[in-house]
Amino acid sequence: MLQIISLLVENKPGALMRITGVLSARGYNIESLTVARTLDPMLSRMSIVVDVDHTLRAQVIKQMNKLINVLQATDLTDGPAVTREMALVRIRAALNNRTAILKEAEIFGARVVDQSPEGFALEATGDPEKLDEFIAVMQSYGDIDVTRSGTVSVSLEKKKLRLAPPIPRGAGAENGRTKEEEAV
Amino acid sequence: MLLECLVHENVECIFGYPGGVTLPLYDAMYDHQIRHVLVRHEQNAVFAAEGYARATGRVGVCCATSGPGATNLVTGLVNALMDSIPVVALTGQVTSKLIGSDAFQEADTFGITRSCTKHNFLVKTVADLPAAIHEAFYIAASGRPGPVLVDIPKDVFQAQAHYTPVDSIHLPGYKVFTEGHTGQIRRAAQMMWEAERPFVYAGGGIIAAGASAELRDLVETLDAPAVNTLMGLGALPSEHPNFISMPGMHGSYAANMGLTECDLLIALGVRFDDRVTGRLVAFAPNARVIHVDIDPAEIGKNRTADLPIVGDVKRVLERINKVLKELEPAEKEKSSAARRDWWKQVREWKSERPLKPEFSDSEIKPQHLMAEIDRLSGGQALITSDVGQHQMWAAQFLRFNEPRLWLNSGGLGSMGFGLPCAIGAQFARPDKLVFSIVGDGGFQMSIPELATIANHALPIKIIVMNNGYLGMVRQWQELFYNNRLSSVELVGFPDPEKLAGAYGFTGRTVEKPSELRSALEAAVKEPGPYLLNVRVSSYENVYPMVPAGGAINEMVFGPPQPVTA
Repeated sequence: MLQIISLLVENKPGALMRITGVLSARGYNIESLTVARTLDPMLSRMSIVVDVDHTLRAQVIKQMNKLINVLQATDLTDGPAVTREMALVRIRAALNNRTAILKEAEIFGARVVDQSPEGFALEATGDPEKLDEFIAVMQSYGDIDVTRSGTVSVSLEKKKLRLAPPIPRGAGAENGRTKEEEAV
Repeated sequence: MLLECLVHENVECIFGYPGGVTLPLYDAMYDHQIRHVLVRHEQNAVFAAEGYARATGRVGVCCATSGPGATNLVTGLVNALMDSIPVVALTGQVTSKLIGSDAFQEADTFGITRSCTKHNFLVKTVADLPAAIHEAFYIAASGRPGPVLVDIPKDVFQAQAHYTPVDSIHLPGYKVFTEGHTGQIRRAAQMMWEAERPFVYAGGGIIAAGASAELRDLVETLDAPAVNTLMGLGALPSEHPNFISMPGMHGSYAANMGLTECDLLIALGVRFDDRVTGRLVAFAPNARVIHVDIDPAEIGKNRTADLPIVGDVKRVLERINKVLKELEPAEKEKSSAARRDWWKQVREWKSERPLKPEFSDSEIKPQHLMAEIDRLSGGQALITSDVGQHQMWAAQFLRFNEPRLWLNSGGLGSMGFGLPCAIGAQFARPDKLVFSIVGDGGFQMSIPELATIANHALPIKIIVMNNGYLGMVRQWQELFYNNRLSSVELVGFPDPEKLAGAYGFTGRTVEKPSELRSALEAAVKEPGPYLLNVRVSSYENVYPMVPAGGAINEMVFGPPQPVTA
C-alpha cells in the first residue's frame, strides 16, 4: 500500500541518503520523492511516497524519527492532508488536432508553457489520479513525453514540532563519568 | 586539535592502526597523554573499543586510516550497533580535494558506514571538527547508545587551529526521552500488582542504563521471577533467588516456560529478539506486555505492547518502584495466593529440568569446563566470549553477580570478537581477572591479537574450548541437515605451547578431565597472559534447544532428536 510520508529534515549532506537508506534497507520501493528548502534555509521538507505494508507504516515513521537529521516525520496517508503533483507534458500534434488538445487541456486546468510547429508543452497540476487521467487523454492525441514532479503534501493538522533544545556541555556526567571520578 | 577535543571528552585510550592519511594524527599522538594501543587489524580495534565500552559504560574510541582501514571497521561497527554499545570511530579520509577521484586508499566511508552507525560525520573543515567530535560522543553515549563514525580528511588533520571550547551541542532532531509518561508509570505499577503470574524479562538496556539496583528493587518488591537475556546477564545477579536463567533458543526450561505461561510480561530494555521469542505468535501468548525502552522504534516492533513506556529504564524503574511501594499496602495481598502458586510452578519447572553441567571421566565435557571456570570466577571475573557453542554454554553455566562482567557479541554474533574484546576490557579494568573464552574457530580469526596481548603483557586468560569443529554449525548440520558435516571440521589447530611461546608467553593443552582444574588454576596464577587449549568432546550439542521457527516452549532437551526443521 502506498504511504505518504512528510519529513522535516536538516539541510545537510547525507540526510537524503539516511532517509532513503531506512527504506531501501527494508526493500521498500520509493514511488516518488520531492525535496525543497523551507522558510528556514537550514531545513528541508521532503514528501515521500513509498510502497509499505500497512502494518509496518508506524515502524517506518519511528525509524525515520530516529534519524538524527530528521526533525519530524509524519504519516499523511490517512490524515487530513492535501496532496498535489505537477506534470510537464510535451505533445507532438498535427495541426488538425491542436484545437482539441487545447480544449482538453483547459478542462484539466493545464497551461501551455511552450508551443512550436511540432506541438505543445503543457503544465498540469492536481492530485496524482487526476494527472494520470490527463496523461491518458493526451496520449490519445499522439506521442508524448512526460515528466512528473512527484507528490508534494501538506498536512492540514496543527502539529506541534518538538525540537531538542541545545545541550550544554559539561553540565553533568560526561562520557559516563561522574564528577567524583573526574576529581580523582 | 582533534586530540584536544578527545581530551575534553576524557578519552584515555584509543585502539587503532595508523596509515597514510592519519599520519598527522599519529604524529601528534607521539608525545601526547592519550594512550594509543596498536592492534593488529582494524576490526579488532573496534572490538577492543567495544570491550572497553562494555566493561565500563564509557565511550570506546578506535581509529583507522582511509580506504581499507575504514572498511575493516565495518563488522565491528555493526556489532556495536546491534548491541547498542557506545563507540566513536575516527577514520582518516583522503585530502578533501581528492575526495571522489578514486585516490589511493580512498573509499566512501561516509556512505559505507551510514547503515552501520547510529550517526556519522564527514568533517570538511577544521572549524567543524570540534562540534562534530563532541556531537559524536554525545550521540554515542546518550539515548540508546551506539557507534558513531567521524571521517576526517587529511588536510583537516593538518590544518592548524586553536581549540575553542564548545559549550553546547545543538541537535534539534535528536530527541531522547528519559522520564517516561507519568500516567503510564502509574498504570504499569497497578498492572504489576494485579498480575497473578508476573514475569520480568530484562535485557541489555538495564546494563546500558546502569539500572541493576532498580531492577533488583523491582524484582524484590514484586517478588517476581526474572530472566536476563544474553545481553543482560549480570543485570540481576545470577545468585539472586528470583533469577531463573537466560531465556530463548538455548535458555532453560524454567525460563522459557515462565515466559510462555505468564500473564504479565515486564519487558525492560529488551527488543524481543527472535533468538529469545522463537515463533513470535506463540511467545507469551496469554500475557499482557509492559515494555520499557528508550528507543521508541523498539516499542511494538516485534511484539505489540499493551503498556508501552518510552524512557530511560533506570529513571522509569525508579519511578515505578516508588509507585509500587505506595500501592503495596493496598494491593499486595490481592493476588498473593495466585503468586505463591506461580512461584511453586516456576520452582517445579526449575527442578524438573535444571541446567546441570555434564561430566565424564574420559573426556572433558564443555559444560565441565564452564563449571570449572565458574568456580574460579565466583561470579566476579570479567568474561569475554566469542560466538558459538561455547558462548551458549558459558551463558548457561557461568554466574555473573555484577553487570558488565559478561561481554559477548549478542545481536550480530560475530566470530573473532572474544579475544580483541578482552584486550579492551583488560585496559579498562586492569584490576579484574579476565577470561577470554573462545572456540577454536573464533580464536583462529583473532590470533594476530596475541601480539597485542604480549606487547602489553595483558594478563588475559585465553581459554580455547577446542572441539575441532565449528561446533554450532556442526550441531545444526547434525540436527537439520542429516548430519552431512560440510566444511565444519577445523583440522590443523596450532600447537598452543609453540604458538604462545612464539609470542613469548605460556600456553598448553589439557585433555584429561582430571587435569582440568589444576590447569585452569595454573593459568590464573600466571602473572601474564596464558593460552589454555582445552580439548573437549567433539560431538557435544547445546541443549535445551528451540529449533529455528519453533515456539520457545517446544524445547528439545537432548539426543536422540526427532526434529524436523
